[in-house]
Amino acid sequence: MTGPLLFKDIDTPGLAGLDTYRRVGGYATVLAVLGRQTPDQCIEIVKASGLRGRGGAGFPTGLKWSFVPKGTERPKYLVCNADESEPGTFKDRELIEKNPHSLIEGMILAGWAIQSNAGYVYLRGEFGWLQKILDQAIAEAYAAGLLGRDVAGTGFRFDLHTHLGAGAYICGEETALLSSLEGYRGQPRLKPPFPAVEGLYRCPTIVNNVETLVNIPHILGQGAAWYRQWGTEKSAGTKVFSVSGPVKRPGNYELPLGVPLRVLLEEHCGGMRDGLKLKAVIPGGSSVPPLPASLLDTPLDFESMNAVGTFLGSGGVIVIDEQTCMVDSLWNLMRFYAHESCGKCTPCREGTYWMTGILERLERGQGRASDIDLLADLADNILGRSFCPLGDAAAMPVQGFLKHFRAEFEHHVGQRCLANRRRDSRMGVPA
Amino acid sequence: MSGAPAPHTAPAGPVGPVAWPSALQPKVAEALSHYPNRRSAVLPLLWIAQREWGWLPPEVLRLVARTVELPDAEVFGVATFYTMFNLKPVGKYHLQVCMTLSCSLMGADRLFQHLSGRLGIGHGETTPDGRFTLRRVECLAACGGGPCLQVNEEKFHENLDEAAVDRLLERLP
Repeated sequence: MTGPLLFKDIDTPGLAGLDTYRRVGGYATVLAVLGRQTPDQCIEIVKASGLRGRGGAGFPTGLKWSFVPKGTERPKYLVCNADESEPGTFKDRELIEKNPHSLIEGMILAGWAIQSNAGYVYLRGEFGWLQKILDQAIAEAYAAGLLGRDVAGTGFRFDLHTHLGAGAYICGEETALLSSLEGYRGQPRLKPPFPAVEGLYRCPTIVNNVETLVNIPHILGQGAAWYRQWGTEKSAGTKVFSVSGPVKRPGNYELPLGVPLRVLLEEHCGGMRDGLKLKAVIPGGSSVPPLPASLLDTPLDFESMNAVGTFLGSGGVIVIDEQTCMVDSLWNLMRFYAHESCGKCTPCREGTYWMTGILERLERGQGRASDIDLLADLADNILGRSFCPLGDAAAMPVQGFLKHFRAEFEHHVGQRCLANRRRDSRMGVPA
Repeated sequence: MSGAPAPHTAPAGPVGPVAWPSALQPKVAEALSHYPNRRSAVLPLLWIAQREWGWLPPEVLRLVARTVELPDAEVFGVATFYTMFNLKPVGKYHLQVCMTLSCSLMGADRLFQHLSGRLGIGHGETTPDGRFTLRRVECLAACGGGPCLQVNEEKFHENLDEAAVDRLLERLP
């Protein structure tokens, strides 16, 4: 895989090691910025770059950093969200596995910008093997004086530790992540106060996604204007798109924001495999509404996706073919949300369970004509009424599936699904 | 992904009253040193314990509670929240098959059925010889390589079909 920025050197042999990382220019930005540019200057550059959070919400990164109170005596924390739990998303894993030092460098710089002396990387529980790779890189950085009491001889202190979750989608939500990091059940907290004011250990905390942080050395090293050569006015830079499903070449692709969905799928991924026809694309991880094939020319950026009723989200692009049943696909996703609902609030805990039951009976040919309206009503009542975004994440796909594929749901009332490649699928050997 | 993954879990057996073995004490101390309070070390200590004993019987949960100076119930509450903590013994090889949409589109359901038939066990069950536990799990973040599975805590095995998973099982020591 290659890409213009984050993936430029990603397949360089030995890049996970400090020497090779330095040979391709790694840690040059730390040396150029620490002690030479003020934290406020750094925040202004990141604001001017237009970088928006890459974890799914797309909040402007520099603006988020500016919410950290200045002049407080309390410790400030920087937390990297490497929970990567949104189905369809597998980019952070490749970024850490192949280039762990870029994350460390990004965190040192972000730590400097918000004047934090301690960072944590929260990895999902299934990433125990990845934690070893990152811990090894952190140990190298400590040994080279790039982490610890005196980062690169500048007098700035920055300590970094990894923290392994243990299997919970909800911990990708930033306040649930902080609960988990503090040793509690991973349940979300009320916002406000937002973590920037009151987060980890009730101290000011910035939580940023892996991909967001690995952009920072490039932005602070080369400047905001240089970064804006990629992307659009409101969606600056590149994005790593994780493509899965029956395309010829699934995988991670780093492309400028604003590239049409069709270019990603047809030029980069080689189109559909096995002669299949494309039916739908979930463009931003399983929590966003799907798009029908007729909207394939929509540009992949925050605004264009919103204009067609969906979200850029995490950039997890799930491709669904004509022979796959949409009722069955939504049932699969709803099982996920019901399983992962943390149980804290009623709309999400009961709603996901209820919607799973309705979808199961529709798929089995035991549904009632009233089930489709009931499903829509449930989704409408969960959206905006759950404690955290998990409820919204379960409701939005329901609305999108019904909006674009309602006829398929109606067809299922009282009759068993006849055509479903997924159920009968042969194993996926890449074409 | 070649070569057999090393088992992380010891064979499950009864565990009596426990203390941290001396070999693990540096790891325990290091985990505690990463945080400004003891409670934050609950998850790391549960992982250290699970890697040592293979699962987390009540005696071990109480050991973790003593170590972080919390009531037992707090640690039981945490351990039961997260799906990856084994509150029952598991086999030497814990096969965790991703069933979420991307993998399912590429044949995860058939892969699971094949494994279930070959091993003669269903979801959450362990073979009588204690060698394998089979489990359906939700998205592993390996969607582009579906269908996929994770053995214990090792790196994912991706792009699997019946033949590939058969070869994988045969490679395990």
